[in-house]
Amino acid sequence: MAGTHQSGLTAVSAWDEFRQGTIAVLPAAVAVVPFGLLLGALAAQKGLSTLEIGLMSGLVFAGSAQMVAVDIWREPAPWVLLGVAAFTINLRHLMMGASLSFHLGGFRTWQRILGVAFLADEIWAMAERRAATGQLHPAYYAGLAFLLYANFVWATVAGAIIGPAIEDPTAWGFDFAFTAIFIGLIVAFWRGSGTALVVAASAVTATLTQIQFGGVWHVLAGGAAGMLAAAVLAIIRE
Amino acid sequence: MTVDPLNLAAILAMAAATYATRIGGLWLLRFVHVTPRVRASLDALPVAVLTAVIAPSLMKGGPADMIAAAITILAASRLPLLAVVLIGVGSAVLLRHVLN
Repeated sequence: MAGTHQSGLTAVSAWDEFRQGTIAVLPAAVAVVPFGLLLGALAAQKGLSTLEIGLMSGLVFAGSAQMVAVDIWREPAPWVLLGVAAFTINLRHLMMGASLSFHLGGFRTWQRILGVAFLADEIWAMAERRAATGQLHPAYYAGLAFLLYANFVWATVAGAIIGPAIEDPTAWGFDFAFTAIFIGLIVAFWRGSGTALVVAASAVTATLTQIQFGGVWHVLAGGAAGMLAAAVLAIIRE
Repeated sequence: MTVDPLNLAAILAMAAATYATRIGGLWLLRFVHVTPRVRASLDALPVAVLTAVIAPSLMKGGPADMIAAAITILAASRLPLLAVVLIGVGSAVLLRHVLN
């Protein structure tokens, strides 16, 4: 049976895929450390225990949602509000998951169910980038997820412990690391003038939405506008 | 090292809500007929979402962040991602110091 039903990759190449995944995610995994330290320090200021902060990062694993949650956290914890806030901020993952689902052909069902738990922005973008140039292997995805997850969790816990000693990373420009990563990924996805149209539609819509409504709706609005622009372009080119 | 029951409830609510958004996308497409147009817009999704995340803060960041972004784009067209991040952060720190 083992001979007739193989996954198509040996253990050695699976390990190689994993290693390539950790290398690809390295910039994001480095950039997440100062962010995690700050998040942990802010959460500790709000009265969350170190164990609670570790649990939150380990179970939620969504940096921007946790940042907003810590901002609105108070005693006693408004758990319904916090759950709804996390849902709203993370609605963009619906789009990301829909797009990624095309590339999960090599994943078993349990690998999909477990894998999507780690669908942070950076991991998703790196997985899409890999899929654009070839096959996305589960071991590669695991490599992406492992390093970013590990660094995020220990950095928030460390931030909770050393709390007051943490300086605001925006003072040093660390916040720009995520912008730089995203710019690098957009350039990697570049496919000519069609991409320029998508970027323009998304940037203008997202910025206007942010100015008008605040919050996090700009991600959904910009994403939808970029997709609409691509659809219109497809109709024109038909 | 304590866990308050309400804090735990909040953490679990956030975890469940987040996971729902992450697994939901995989089911979403079962109800959509994937025509070439739908496919074209889904292919554009990574760029559209990545742009939407960073565009407003770039605009708010003023000239320092805009110039740093332009330098980052130039770097990204010829260098690996780690170097792009180092150049991007370096130019942002420098330009914010000089211009802000």
